[in-house]
Amino acid sequence: MWRFVLRRLLQMVPVVLGTTFLIYVLVFALPGDPIRVLGGDKPMPPSVYEALRHHYHLDEPLVVQYGRYLLGLFRGDFGETLNGQSVSSLMASSWTVTAQLALTAWIFELGMGIALGVWAGLRKGGIVDSLVLSGTTFVIAVPQFVLGYSAQLVFGLKLGLFPTVGTDDGWPYSYLLPGMILGSLSLAYIARLTRTSLVENMRADYVRTALAKGLPRRRIVVRHTLRNSLIPVVTYLGIDLGNLLAGAIIIEGIFNLPGIGQQVFLAIQVKDGPTVVGISTFLVLIYLAANLVVDIVYGALDPRIRYE
Amino acid sequence: MSETADTLAVAQTGSEVVGASASLWSDAWRELRRRVMFWVSVAILLAMGLMAAFPALFTDRGSNDRCDVKLAKHRPPSWNPFAARGHPFGYDTHGCDYWAQIVHGARAPMIVGFVVTGIALSLAIVLGSLSGYFGRWLDTIISRLTDILFGLPLVLGALVILTAFPDHGVWTMSLVLGVLWWPTMTRLMRGQVLSVRDADYVQAARMLGAGDVRIMARHILPNAIAPVFVYAMLNVGVVIGYEATLDYLGVGLQYPTVSWGLQLSQAQELFVDYPYLLIYPAILLTATVLSFLLLGDAVRDALDPKLR
Repeated sequence: MWRFVLRRLLQMVPVVLGTTFLIYVLVFALPGDPIRVLGGDKPMPPSVYEALRHHYHLDEPLVVQYGRYLLGLFRGDFGETLNGQSVSSLMASSWTVTAQLALTAWIFELGMGIALGVWAGLRKGGIVDSLVLSGTTFVIAVPQFVLGYSAQLVFGLKLGLFPTVGTDDGWPYSYLLPGMILGSLSLAYIARLTRTSLVENMRADYVRTALAKGLPRRRIVVRHTLRNSLIPVVTYLGIDLGNLLAGAIIIEGIFNLPGIGQQVFLAIQVKDGPTVVGISTFLVLIYLAANLVVDIVYGALDPRIRYE
Repeated sequence: MSETADTLAVAQTGSEVVGASASLWSDAWRELRRRVMFWVSVAILLAMGLMAAFPALFTDRGSNDRCDVKLAKHRPPSWNPFAARGHPFGYDTHGCDYWAQIVHGARAPMIVGFVVTGIALSLAIVLGSLSGYFGRWLDTIISRLTDILFGLPLVLGALVILTAFPDHGVWTMSLVLGVLWWPTMTRLMRGQVLSVRDADYVQAARMLGAGDVRIMARHILPNAIAPVFVYAMLNVGVVIGYEATLDYLGVGLQYPTVSWGLQLSQAQELFVDYPYLLIYPAILLTATVLSFLLLGDAVRDALDPKLR
């Protein structure tokens, strides 16, 4: 078990290096000179310009800059934004917003997704099944931003059921509507995954055996089928938590939530490289950690899987 | 091979097997022909394809043609576009006939959808086959490369790259997305190749002296491609939705290109007062994406006898 975790951690090293380097190079390729942007309209004296370039290490080769950045990362230093704020403190303020949003979405997709999937799967071919299948396909087909601002208009502005923008009402009220929209896509996938998995498992031999033993249907579903069917769903849910955090850019924009996604978006627009790199690196680390946890939980859920 | 299958079938059913000998694809085709959903989605996609290829069939105006700012945001005369004459879909924000603009808006998303999927599919077939078939260091390199790209959130990656190349048209955008898009399909392809690599017929071919290329192209590929192909079909729809999202974020296509995503993005601030600006392109976009999803679903069901 521990050897497995250690091996996975070692495997993560090249991925972390590769991904962060990729982001670093991409951000480096952003057009425009960030130092000139920093100066605004006024022409900057050459000496100040050089000093600033030196301060942000922009006068060094790319690889050296990246190495320096990595070293800082090991000390928990995500770098400094172009306004002189540390990226860590910037993330700390916006992090809670995104975490609350992602968690709301996650709880929503977990609860509703599994419930709908089980309901549909147990009545395969029935009305509920058709409704769930067509409903989820529809949710997958409509772009999330259209869903987002339509919901904002209908449920927020017209019906007044939810706050439309900002986080003034705190958790959970302010996060309910954006959370549901953010989670809707994964909800659709989870419902379908649960349904398919359940339908397949209901035809398994052990279900027939349990039936022959005279076990009540409820017990068969809850104790036997569901446990087996939920394995792929748990995998999906785990990896999705990372995706939700990263994918909040659009929803945070629509509902004006000052989270990490919005910070990244703003940073890309003003070409604030250190912020983009810092937050992206952070997101990548979370994503990889989520993957690792999923791998470990996977083995606990399915004893057939052995860690070598 | 098929002779044995026929004999077997005769032995089981006790009568002559009706119809031609069933290969995977001809079997699937027979199953598909009976499905209403298949024909509905094919019809919709044909219509959208025609719209993208020959917009002149649907409107006599070019894109951004005969626009009059004085007519901007003139609402449609009636909610039922079939009842009204003249300009039943109203005018867009530049005073162009909205129906003509929507018709011309089909081409960009269609091209992006197909080109991105095409690039990703080709890369996936080549890289997935190589890594699954040869294994060892080649597999390690390709798999770590997929891991690295997997770690980079897609929206974030596209945001940064597309900001770095601000003057991008349909083709550049397709290229950028295609390069980001291949990891999922490659993993799928690799898994498929792994699952058939050690099959008896592959061993047999090898013993008869077939080379690696021949084995991969003639024996492994036809038996491994089906799920990847289905995924690619679904994927065209996903890419189209994604292209619209990037348009919405402001890093996608730019005026004077016309696309549904741009129309939806422009509609955002106006749709409280001018809902038709949102609704019409949203219907077409959703119908297109939905058709790709339904088509993919239908083909998958037809190919997988377990799900019947």
